[in-house]
Amino acid sequence: MQRWLIFATGAMGVLSASLLLPILRAQNAPSVWNSDSPNWTQAQDEAAKKQKSPAPRRDLTGTWDVGGGAGIGVFGAKSMPSDGKPEHELPFTASGREKFLANKPGWGTTEVAAAFVNDPVDRCDPAGLPRADLFELRATQMIQMPKKVLVLYEFQQVWRTIWTDGRELPKDPEPRWYGYSVGKWEDDYTFVVQSNGMDERTWLDNGGRPHSSDLRVEERFHRLDRDTMELTVTINDPQIYTKPWVALDQIPLHLRSDEFDVREMICSPTETEEYNKTVTNPVATPR
Amino acid sequence: MEMRRFARVAVTAGLLAISSAPLFAHHGNAAYETAKEVTVKGTITDWLWANPHCIMKVDVKDPAGMVQHWVIEALNPPDMVRKGWAKNSFKPGDEVTVTLVQARNGSPIGRFRGDRSVVLANGQVFSANDPNPVQSAEKP
Repeated sequence: MQRWLIFATGAMGVLSASLLLPILRAQNAPSVWNSDSPNWTQAQDEAAKKQKSPAPRRDLTGTWDVGGGAGIGVFGAKSMPSDGKPEHELPFTASGREKFLANKPGWGTTEVAAAFVNDPVDRCDPAGLPRADLFELRATQMIQMPKKVLVLYEFQQVWRTIWTDGRELPKDPEPRWYGYSVGKWEDDYTFVVQSNGMDERTWLDNGGRPHSSDLRVEERFHRLDRDTMELTVTINDPQIYTKPWVALDQIPLHLRSDEFDVREMICSPTETEEYNKTVTNPVATPR
Repeated sequence: MEMRRFARVAVTAGLLAISSAPLFAHHGNAAYETAKEVTVKGTITDWLWANPHCIMKVDVKDPAGMVQHWVIEALNPPDMVRKGWAKNSFKPGDEVTVTLVQARNGSPIGRFRGDRSVVLANGQVFSANDPNPVQSAEKP
C-alpha cells in the first residue's frame, strides 16, 4: 500500500512537471529586444527589477545600453551640454576658447546654419574617443579577453581596444581616432580606463568642444549589480581646459539579453551624398 | 548706393560659392522654421530608409493644380524604429497627410513634426516624437 502511494505520488509529479515545463519554458523564452523596439526600456527595466542579482566579479562582458535615446548628447556632453547655462560653461584656456570658436557645430551655443557646419562626423569621419561615449552612446558590446577588453559601438559600427595586461599608456603616442587605452580594476566592480593619443581632428562632443593632443580621458565603469553599470567620463586637457571636468556623470547602462540585436548604423558616403543633394544643399541655398 | 549694391552682390556671390561646395551638415534646426507647423497632403513617391536621415518624397498639388515635390526628413533608421516607423511603413502611391516644419528659405523641404506627423489614408498614424521619455530611461 505504502509502495503504491509513493509510486502514485511520483507519477503525478512527473506528469505535472511534463505538463508545466513547456509553459514555464515559454514564459522564460528570451524576447528579442533591441534599442529600437518601442517601449523596450520600461519592459526591460521592469524585468530587471524583478530579478536583481549581484554582478559577477571583474566582468563587463555583455551588451550595454543607456536606452530610450538617453545616451544621445545632441547638445554635447550630457553633464555639460552647450546650452548657455552658466553652470555648463567649460573652463576654457584662452587658446581653448579660440579653438572652440573655430569649430562650427550644428547644435549648441555656437550652432551655425547647415551651410557653415564643419563637424567632422558629418563627413563620415570617425567620432573618435571620447565622442563615442558623449555623442551617440547606443548599444555597446563589451568583450573581455585575457589581455584586453574590446568595446564595440553601435554608432558608426566601430570598435576599440582597452589593454588590461598591465602596460602603461605610451609616452609619445601616435595619433589615433580612438586613441590608446589601458584599463585596470580598482576593485571587483570598478573598471577604470585611461586613454591618450586621440587625433586632434575629432571633437569631444556634438557641441563642438575641442581637444588637443594632450587630451587624457578617464572612463569609470562601475557595476552596481548584474543588470546595471554606471559610466563616468572625465576630460583632462590642460592646453584647452584650465581644470578637468566631468562630461558624463554616472550615466546608467543596462545589461541587455544575449539575444539583443544591435542595429547597423554606418555612415555611408553614398547615402550621405544623397542626403546632401536632397536636403542639406537645397535648404542652405537662398531662393 | 553703389557700395550697398556691391555689398549685396558680394553677399550673394559668397552664398553661392558656399552652396556650390559639398555640404555635409545634417544636424541642427537652424535651417528650419521651427515655430510654425505646416501640413501638406499628397502622394508618396519615395521613402528612403537611410543614414544619416530617412527621407520621404511627396507630390503635393497646390490650389492651382501645380505639383510641388516635397522632401521631408526623419531621423536615422534606429531612432525611427524606436518611434514605430519601418522601412515598409510607406510605399510609393500611398496617400498621406504630413505635418512638418519647413525650410526657412521656402523650399518644399521639411522635418517631420508632432504626434500625428504622418497620417495614411487608412487612418494609420506615425508620430515624430519619442515614445520613451528620456528622463525615465536616465533613472533606472
